[in-house]
Amino acid sequence: MRAANVIFRRELSEYLRSPLGYIVAATVLLLDGLLFYSQALGPAAGERLSGEVLARFFYNTSGLVAIAAVALSIRLIAEERQTGTLVLLSTSPVREWEIVVGKFFSALVFLGGITLVSIYMPLLIMVNGKISLGQVFVGYTGLILIGAACLAIGVFATALTRHQLVAVAVAATTTAVMFLFWWLSLVIDPPLSRVAAGLAMHARHFQGFQDGALNLRDVFYYLAVTYFFLLVAIKVMEAKRWE
Amino acid sequence: MIHASDLIKYFGGKRALGPVGFEIRTGETVGFLGLNGAGKSTLLRILSCDLRPSGGSFSIRGIDGVRDPHAVRQLVGFLPEVPPLYGDMSVGEYLRFAGLLRGMSTEQVAARVPEVEQLTHTANVHGELIRHLSHGYRQRVGLAQAIVHEPEFLILDEPTKGLDPAQIAEMRTLIRGLKDRHTVLISSHILPEIRETCDRLLVLRDGVLVASGTPQELSARLQSRRIAVTVLPNHDSLEPAAIEASIRRVHGVRNVTSTGRVDGALSFVVEAASDIRAEVCRTLVGEGHGVIRLDRADQELENVFLELVQGASSASG
Repeated sequence: MRAANVIFRRELSEYLRSPLGYIVAATVLLLDGLLFYSQALGPAAGERLSGEVLARFFYNTSGLVAIAAVALSIRLIAEERQTGTLVLLSTSPVREWEIVVGKFFSALVFLGGITLVSIYMPLLIMVNGKISLGQVFVGYTGLILIGAACLAIGVFATALTRHQLVAVAVAATTTAVMFLFWWLSLVIDPPLSRVAAGLAMHARHFQGFQDGALNLRDVFYYLAVTYFFLLVAIKVMEAKRWE
Repeated sequence: MIHASDLIKYFGGKRALGPVGFEIRTGETVGFLGLNGAGKSTLLRILSCDLRPSGGSFSIRGIDGVRDPHAVRQLVGFLPEVPPLYGDMSVGEYLRFAGLLRGMSTEQVAARVPEVEQLTHTANVHGELIRHLSHGYRQRVGLAQAIVHEPEFLILDEPTKGLDPAQIAEMRTLIRGLKDRHTVLISSHILPEIRETCDRLLVLRDGVLVASGTPQELSARLQSRRIAVTVLPNHDSLEPAAIEASIRRVHGVRNVTSTGRVDGALSFVVEAASDIRAEVCRTLVGEGHGVIRLDRADQELENVFLELVQGASSASG
């Protein structure tokens, strides 16, 4: 665990001093702000309850968090493989899971930081209306959980290849498929439609978080997706040594 | 001690290494010689537990490197062909990171990093970002990360690659300075670089070991098979071909080459399967010729190396 902590700290400082971290943060916050303005404060926003505006904010932000998670995760392992620095980790007394966990949590903390900076938007709603702090807390919990699941998919993709473009394609496709299970559930018959709906990353599982309802089933779903993809990433890294 | 037995590595369907077996004693400095693609880097990556072999086994200080690579990694410092450097870190930060990764405590790292920087002459670039360093400095920082945790075994893959002559000389001096503290394994395809630093050479060709020994032993092994003969023929008009034919009749002779005539004396180089100087002398004198010179042919170690790595027929190891 000690090595995971050493890797975590290095990776986090890498985000803080590299342009990538700031570009992702700036893009996410800009788009989030524009969406918030258009749907909550702007002339086209119309009359809405504060709770609805907050739910809409979490809905929009969850999509941006998913995209940011993919963008932040891509360099984690693929870049190290490409530049040859992974050799330092793989010839040190560090286990594969420590590499994966250290890198995953550094990206998660950075993503969490970006997400929490958006707190000024719920605060603006609070100034102009009335919202429950519970809904804010549950909404942000949902954002962190969906971010963690998408990051885990990104870590899995970046463990697969030394080419960052390939990693982006794999991560984006896998994430899109996880989101599109919801659409699939609408066009196929039961019982498969229920399976697809259960696997869908957004619609059913995030709904509760954006409305302020904390369901343990949804929490478990995101943790399970995160655990699954991190585990596969670890297995991929172990298998790479046998190639 | 390092013990390797029948190590094999396949990349896809292509065999890159093996089967290879050898032993390296603690305290030795051993050079792995071979042309590009001979399997040197693959072998060193296996020994540093970066890659797992497709077959065979190896142990370092009695610890099985295939079953317990984690324990072996604690004993080894590795400098790959391209040093694994993070350009966005300063030299000091990087060495600190490398030390912590190898299990050193914060206090140990704080004490050791200045020592290593002193040893590798990188103290003057302690605060500089690695991406701003010259190739020579990067190589030294790479060496520094490999020794920061004071490993018992040091594995260096082409440590002087891409360096200019002055930097090569400096790197050689650095490596020589490490011989007292570590068992050192170095790979190279340049013989002089390795001859001056190593106690023993292991020569690889097409993934297999074709020879091993000290530089002197390797040289002598081939030299004993090449004889220089100068003969004063029993008739002035005798053609070199006649003497050649006499020499060829000696058992074990593989090839005879006439190298010239000076003041009536004919010179030849004889290649044989073993040292046959006595038989050649006996035959020529028995036919009435005068033998005025008979000794091992001079051969530069570079030529020995080329014969070994390129697979000349006389270099069967």
